[in-house]
Amino acid sequence: MTAGITPDAEVIGERGEHLYFALRNPKVVIGLTVVTALLLLGVFGPFFVSADPNEYIGPKSTAPSGEYWLGTTYFGQDVFAQFVHGLRSSYVVGGLGGGIAFVIGLSVGFTAGYRGGIVDELLNMLTNVVLVLPALAVLIVISSYLEVRGVIAQGIIIGLFSWPWVARAVRAQSLTLRNRDYVDLARLTGKRAPQIILKEIMPNMASYLLMTVILLFGGAILFAAMLDFIGLGPTDAVSLGTMMQQSMAWSSLHLGLWWWFVPPGMAITAIVGSLYITNVGLDEVFNPKLREM
Amino acid sequence: MGRYFRRKLLLYGITFFIAVTINFAIPRLMPGDPVSRMLSRHSVANPESSQALRTYFENLFGFDVPLWQQYLNYWTALLQGDLGVSIYAFPASVSSVVMDALPYTLALLLPSIILSWFVGNGLGAMAARNKWLDNTLLPIGYLFTAVPYMWLAILLAWLGGIILGWFPVAAGYSLALTPTLSWTFVLNLIHHWFLPFLSLFVVALGGWAIGMRNLVIYELESDYSNYLRSLGAPQRLVRRYAFRNAMLPQISGLALQLGVVVGGALVTEVVFAYPGLGSLMLNAINSQDFFLLQGILLFIVIGVLVFNFLADVVYVLVDPRTRLGLEGGQS
Repeated sequence: MTAGITPDAEVIGERGEHLYFALRNPKVVIGLTVVTALLLLGVFGPFFVSADPNEYIGPKSTAPSGEYWLGTTYFGQDVFAQFVHGLRSSYVVGGLGGGIAFVIGLSVGFTAGYRGGIVDELLNMLTNVVLVLPALAVLIVISSYLEVRGVIAQGIIIGLFSWPWVARAVRAQSLTLRNRDYVDLARLTGKRAPQIILKEIMPNMASYLLMTVILLFGGAILFAAMLDFIGLGPTDAVSLGTMMQQSMAWSSLHLGLWWWFVPPGMAITAIVGSLYITNVGLDEVFNPKLREM
Repeated sequence: MGRYFRRKLLLYGITFFIAVTINFAIPRLMPGDPVSRMLSRHSVANPESSQALRTYFENLFGFDVPLWQQYLNYWTALLQGDLGVSIYAFPASVSSVVMDALPYTLALLLPSIILSWFVGNGLGAMAARNKWLDNTLLPIGYLFTAVPYMWLAILLAWLGGIILGWFPVAAGYSLALTPTLSWTFVLNLIHHWFLPFLSLFVVALGGWAIGMRNLVIYELESDYSNYLRSLGAPQRLVRRYAFRNAMLPQISGLALQLGVVVGGALVTEVVFAYPGLGSLMLNAINSQDFFLLQGILLFIVIGVLVFNFLADVVYVLVDPRTRLGLEGGQS
């Protein structure tokens, strides 16, 4: 590292330093760019296409052209319109499912790790049980009983079953942190447990927690796509998974309608892959040993 | 070692108990009435026969007795191996329908899990000491872990089945053949099996390779590696120790990944219309056959638990610390 690019640590502080390295890490920049670009497409795209993505608007089974950017389906629906609506649902499910899993995992992990004793035993047992349960199979059975399925409901049930590894990791981390001197000091000054967890322990895991959120977000999107593909997707909306399901149901493989099933899967791969790459980059940012500069 | 296995078995016992309870609770807690949905599927116009069917289904669910008794009855039936009658494949029992599909799923899952684990770990360990391989393997690995299972399956079916025309894209064997133990039939089975297997194999590969690479790099930087190197031990020996230590988390990872891989197999089967549990699940959903659906879930849970236990046994064999009752292999 040359003197020229070294930030003045005293002025910028730790947070500024992380931002400084994050903005210069190609993995973080590329990953975040892709995720943000697709997010913007999902947020604003639907305003520029027809409000009902299932509307029959044009000729059937046409290849991508200037008029229909991603072609049309077997029934003459605009694939691009479905695509941008589907992106929106994917982000909603990812945010909601990932968010719920994060909150549950964090609460369970901190409580278990900080409290210890019988509480820890019970919570740890619960974590391990949910961890062993094959999540997708359970989600399939639950969703199949829901007659009306929405994007929100899907996000919630995904969140309820994808928290255990977070709880496990957070528990392990707080077990090591809770006996540090500064935590003891905080306890001596009369701070209460939630305050200690929020103010003393969590900031020391902030980088780790940020990466956890990213992984949970990607995981929820993948889960939702699999559920949708089995035909348990939202009944009131289009998602990337239902697009693939529809394309397979109407034998687009044999009809050669590749523009129907390639874009949704590619978008999911791009989102989740970029999230993983961002994560690797963030790891380098937070862990100076890994920096390649 | 005894304590380790006792803890594990207790955990799996509790998991099984909870899975069965969830299975019991879902139809009773969910909004809506599964019985009326099943009835509407059968669209019986005649009110008398509709009433008869309703009574029949309510008896099947056992809704006519108090809840605690329903729960006890459920367990009794389950322990006798009675999972009810399938509506989709009426009058076959759920267990027989599931048993017919199970070999296909196992034939996909076991080879793809085991092969991808070995190949992935090998590639990862190589990548840890080869800059060029590392730079190509890592991005590809991340790409594969991010690919949704069914999309890769669709792409493979499209490429290998439609464009190249090398492989069939549906069913477990050619429907023109009758299942016999002849060479033609076995070759036909393998021909149909290859693409779904490849798809599952490839998706899992990246994760193992990346995990192994990171672990080996970590181990190579640890104190014992530095110590060995400073003693002048050959690089090969140091690497071998690093690899063996890195294996341990990968074995527990195998058990943790299992639920995900099973989920992947379900959707992959749907893409290839492969006659395993995944396709069966789809049929059960489409014909609102809740008994079959729950039976499949139960089989999957049992399978995952058995496999987890096997992974534990392997772990004990590989890691001497668990055998001696020292730390390691936390439950």
